Amino acid sequence: MSFITKPKVSWSGQKKNALGMTLNDYEGGLSTLCAGCGHDSITAALVQAFWELALKPEQVIKLSGIGCSSKTPAYFLSGAHGFNSVHGRMPSVATGAQAARRDLIAVGISGDGDSLSIGFGQFAHAIRRNLNVLYIIENNGVYGLTKGQFSASADPGSSNKKGAKNLNQAINPVAIAITLGGSFAARSFSGDKQQLVPLLKAGLMHPGCAVIDVISPCVTFNDHVGSTKSYAWTRDHLHASSAADFVPPATEIIVDYAAGETTNVELHDGSTIRLKKLDPEFDPSSRSRTLEYLEARRADNEIVTGLLYIDAEMPSFHDIAGTAQQPLTTFDFDQLNPGAEALQQLQKNMR
Amino acid sequence: MKPTDTSNPDHFHQVVDCQWGCPAHTDVPEYIRLIAQGRFTDAYMVNRESNVFPGILGRVCDRPCEPACRRGRVDDKPVAICRLKRVAADHKDDISGLLPTIPKHKNGKRIALIGAGCASLTVCNDLLPLGYTCTIFEALNKPGGLMRSNIPSFRLPAQVLDEEINHIVDMGVDLRLQTAVKSMRALLEEGYDAVFVGSGAPKGKELAIPGRQEGDANIHIGIDWLESVAFKHVEKIGQRVLIIGVGNTAMDCCRTSLRLGAENVKVMARKPREFFKASDWELEDAEEEQVEIVINHAPKAFVIANGKLTGMIFELMEYDIDQGRITATRVTGETFIAADDVILAIGQETAFPWIERDLGIEFNQWDEPVCAADTYQSTHAGVFFGGDAAFGPKNIIWAVEHGHQAAISIHNYVHGLSVTDRLPPTMNLSSRKMGIHEWSYSNDFEPAARRKMEHVSLVERFRKLDTEVELGFNAEQTACEVERCLNCDIQTVFTDQLCIECDACIDICPTQCLTITEDGDAVDVTTRLTATVENPDQPLFASGQLTQTGRIMIKDENVCLHCGLCAERCPTAAWDMQKSTLGIAYAGDHDVLRGMRKCGS
Ligand SMILES: Cc1cc2nc3c(=O)[nH]c(=O)nc-3n(C[C@H](O)[C@H](O)[C@H](O)COP(=O)(O)OP(=O)(O)OC[C@H]3O[C@@H](n4cnc5c(N)ncnc54)[C@H](O)[C@@H]3O)c2cc1C
Ligand SMILES: Cc1ncc(C[n+]2csc(CCOP(=O)(O)OP(=O)(O)O)c2C)c(N)n1
Ligand code: SF4
Ligand code: SF4
Ligand code: SF4
Ligand SMILES: [Mg+2]
Repeated sequence: MSFITKPKVSWSGQKKNALGMTLNDYEGGLSTLCAGCGHDSITAALVQAFWELALKPEQVIKLSGIGCSSKTPAYFLSGAHGFNSVHGRMPSVATGAQAARRDLIAVGISGDGDSLSIGFGQFAHAIRRNLNVLYIIENNGVYGLTKGQFSASADPGSSNKKGAKNLNQAINPVAIAITLGGSFAARSFSGDKQQLVPLLKAGLMHPGCAVIDVISPCVTFNDHVGSTKSYAWTRDHLHASSAADFVPPATEIIVDYAAGETTNVELHDGSTIRLKKLDPEFDPSSRSRTLEYLEARRADNEIVTGLLYIDAEMPSFHDIAGTAQQPLTTFDFDQLNPGAEALQQLQKNMR
Repeated sequence: MKPTDTSNPDHFHQVVDCQWGCPAHTDVPEYIRLIAQGRFTDAYMVNRESNVFPGILGRVCDRPCEPACRRGRVDDKPVAICRLKRVAADHKDDISGLLPTIPKHKNGKRIALIGAGCASLTVCNDLLPLGYTCTIFEALNKPGGLMRSNIPSFRLPAQVLDEEINHIVDMGVDLRLQTAVKSMRALLEEGYDAVFVGSGAPKGKELAIPGRQEGDANIHIGIDWLESVAFKHVEKIGQRVLIIGVGNTAMDCCRTSLRLGAENVKVMARKPREFFKASDWELEDAEEEQVEIVINHAPKAFVIANGKLTGMIFELMEYDIDQGRITATRVTGETFIAADDVILAIGQETAFPWIERDLGIEFNQWDEPVCAADTYQSTHAGVFFGGDAAFGPKNIIWAVEHGHQAAISIHNYVHGLSVTDRLPPTMNLSSRKMGIHEWSYSNDFEPAARRKMEHVSLVERFRKLDTEVELGFNAEQTACEVERCLNCDIQTVFTDQLCIECDACIDICPTQCLTITEDGDAVDVTTRLTATVENPDQPLFASGQLTQTGRIMIKDENVCLHCGLCAERCPTAAWDMQKSTLGIAYAGDHDVLRGMRKCGS
C-alpha cells in the first residue's frame, strides 16, 4: 500500500475508449495489498479488459468473499455495483444478484482459500448451474490474508515459507470446472497480461459461468524457493496451450493463422471468441481429451494455461431458472408485492 | 535494444526538463524545494550560482524553462518557475557573507571587458574570486547594459538592478563609466592578458520607406528611444503612437508610451498573431493596458504634411497558411492611420565600427565576429566575445551563460592551456528513501492550477513611470505554486537484477510510463509500449535483460510525474527514487596549475 493516492492527470496522446473514457476512469480505490502481490496485476488486467470492451461501470456488479483476493473489487471500477460477502459465499450472493438483475454483468472475485476450501460447495454449484458470472480464482496456494497457511491448491511436496512440506493433494479448479460440466474453463498467470486480458474479455462476454484460475503469486508468504506458486517457478513451468481472443460483434476477422489451428466460437450477441492452438497435443473440443491433456502436463510439472474448454451453447442459469428479463428494481411496488390475495391464489393453484 | 547508459550525465539531466531547457542550467527543482521550506536565501544562492542575477531574472527572464516544464504536459500551464525565482530574491536575507571572498593577492592577470552588460558582469563574477584584475569600459554613465537602458523600470526596478550589479562591482571591478572604446587596436596595445567583448547588439533596424527622412523628428528607433526614456532625456510623446513590429521591444515601447502621455497606442503587425515574436505574457500585459494590436498591416509610407508626420500608409495583407507556414501573400488594399509619433521596433544588430579589420579578428559575410560556439574565442586568440555581441541579440540568461563559458576560456587561455580543455558535467545520485512509503520530498501530486500574478491597478500603474506592475506572489500563492513542481530531479533509478517482473510498478503508474516487453530493436520495441510515444525530446529508458524472462523494462519519461509510486510498489526496490545533482564546472573549478604540474614544476 502507499500513503499517497494515485494522481489523476490527463495528457496529450492519452488513449480513450469508445465511450471517451480513459483507463484511469476504470480504476478504483488505492490497493492496500502488499507491494508486488499478483492480485494487483489481475486488478490492472480487469481495468484494461473493461476499458477495452468500453463497458459502462454501472453495467457491472462486482462480488467477492473473504481474502486478500476478495478485497480487490474495491480497487477497480469504483462506479460499479458491488457486494463483498462472507467467506466462500460469493456464488450465493452472485446467484441472487443475477436473479434480480440479469441486465448486470457479474464478476466474482475469489481466492483459492475462498473457493476451494470453505466455499468449495458453492463453487461447485455455481458451475453446474452455469451461473452467469465471470468467476475468477486468484490462486496463490496460500491463505494470504491469514498469514500464509497452505490452501487446498498447494501442490503436494511444495513447502511453505518456513520449509514445512505440504502432504495433501491439490485441488485443480480447472479440472473441477470441466468435470462438473462447466461451460468455460481457463487458466492464466497474473504476470502475463497479454494472455490474461483477452481471456477476461472472453469470460466477461461468455453467456454462462466462465471460470478463470489465475496463478497469482503471494510475494509475502509464497514467493520463496520450494513454492510452486512463486513468480520464478510459475514462469519456469508455464505451458501455453492456446491463445484466446475476444472479437466484438461486426468486426472483420482477419485470418492470420493456418486453417485447423483456430476455432471460432460464436456468441449470441454476434461477437466471437477465437481460440488459437499453440500446442498440437491440445484438443479443446473434447472434455475427456482436455482432462487427459491437463493430467499429462501436470505429471510433467507443467502449468497449462489458456482457454481450456468452452461451450457457448450450454443453457445458462437464466435459461434454466427463467429469471425475469426486466430488472426487479424497475417493477412497481404493486407488481413486486401483489398482496395476500394473489398469494392465496398462487398457493391454491399449487394444491 | 541497447540498454540506456545512465552513467552519462546527460541522461538524468535531460529528465529535468526545466534545467535542460535553461541555458545556464539552473537547478530549478532544488530551489523550488528550498522555497517550500522557507529557505529563501539558500534558494537565492542556488540560483545565483548558475544565473548570477536571480532578482532580475525572476522578473524579466525569457524563461525558456517554462515551455519546457513537464507540468505543462500534464496540466494546462507549467510551474511559474520565474515568479518563484523572484520570491527567493524578494525574501532572502543579506547575502554579502555568502559571496566568494576576493583574494588580496592578485594573480597578476589583467582582463579588459567592453560593455558593462550582463555578459561582461558574469565574466567578472567568475574571474574576480580567482584573483584577476578586471577592467570594464562602458560608454554609458551606469552599468547594466540593456537591462538598465532598455528594459523599462515598471518591469525591472532600479533597486533590483543596482543590488545585483553591485554584488559584482563590489568584488573590485575597475569600472570605467562614460568610457567608450573607440579603437580595439589602442586597447590591445595596452597589454591586457585577454579582452572580452560584451558590447551587445546596439544598432536598431531602420525602415527605409518614403517619408522616413522628412518625418524624422517624430520617428524613433525603439531601443534608442527606450534608452533616452531610461536616462530621462525623453519625458513625453504624442497622443497617438504607432509601434512598428511586434516583438518584445515593441511591447516595452507601447507600454512606455502610455506612461509618457500617449492616449492611443497601436502595435502594427505585418502578420497574424501566430507569427508574433513577443512572448505570450508580454502580449497579455500590453493588452491588459488597452494597447491595440493590429494584424496584417505592412508599412508602406510615412505621411508628412507641412513638414510634420501625420500618420502612415499600410498595405492590407492576406496570407495563405498551411501548418504554421505562410504559403502565399497578397496585398488586398491600403489604409491610412493617423499618428503623432512612430516607434520602430523591428529588430537590432551588432555593430563594431570601433574594431579595426586588420587586427586578426575575422568577421563573416554579415559583419559578425567569427567565434567558436563553445569557447567564445575569436580568431584573435586573446579576444573573446559573449552576450548579444557574439551571435546577435538573444536574452539575459544566454548572455550569462556565454559569460560563464568565456570566463573558463579566458582562465585557461591566460594560463597557457587550451581553451577546449574543459571539465565535463558530472552527475551525482542519492536515494530519497526514508521508510517503506516515505520519501524525503513531497511526492504527492498537487492538482492546483498555476497561480496568477497580481498586478498594480490600471489607474495606479500609470501615475509614475517606474511603478513596478507585477506585485510578486504572496505567501499563499507561493505555498501552492511550489507544490505544483513535480520534482523531476528526483529520478526513477532502476536496477534490472532486482526486478522479479511482478508488474506492480506498471499497474500503479498513473501515466502509463512503464512497459516490460520482449527485447528487440528500438523501433520494434516502441510499437509494444503501454502508451504511444508522444515526446521524442524525452528519449526512452531501456534496462538490461531481466533475470526471469530476459525481457526488458522500458520507461517513457514524457509524462512521468515523479510520484514515486513505482518505487513504493516495487517489492524488491528495483525502482528507487534518487535525487540527481548536476555538477557544472565554472572557471574556478578548472585547476589551471595542472599544466605546470605536468611539466614537473
Ligand atoms: C527593449 C528590450 C527589452 C528586452 N527585454 C528583455 C527581457 O525582458 N528579458 C531578457 O532576458 N532579455 C531582454 N532583452 C534582451 C537583453 O537585454 C539582452 O539580450 C542582454 O542585455 C544582452 O546583454 P549583453 O551583456 O550582451 O549586452 P548589453 O546588455 O547590450 O550591454 C552592452 C553594453 O556595452 C556597452 N557598449 C557597447 N559598445 C561599447 C563600446 N564601444 N565601448 C564601451 N561600451 C560599449 C553598451 O553601452 C551596453 O551598456 C531586451 C532587449 C531589449 C532591446
Ligand atoms: C467464516 C470464516 N472462516 C475463516 C475466516 C478466516 N479467513 C480469512 S481469509 C481466509 C483465507 C483466504 O484465502 P484465499 O481465499 O486464498 O485468499 P488470499 O488471501 O490468499 O488471496 C480465511 C481462512 C473468515 N474470515 N471467515
Ligand atoms: S499477503 Fe500475499 S496475497 Fe495477501 S496482499 Fe500480501 S502478497 Fe498479496
Ligand atoms: S515540474 Fe518542476 S522539476 Fe519538473 S520540469 Fe517543471 S519545474 Fe522542473
Ligand atoms: S514516478 Fe514511477 S509511478 Fe510515478 S509517474 Fe513516474 S514512472 Fe510512473
Ligand atoms: Mg489464496
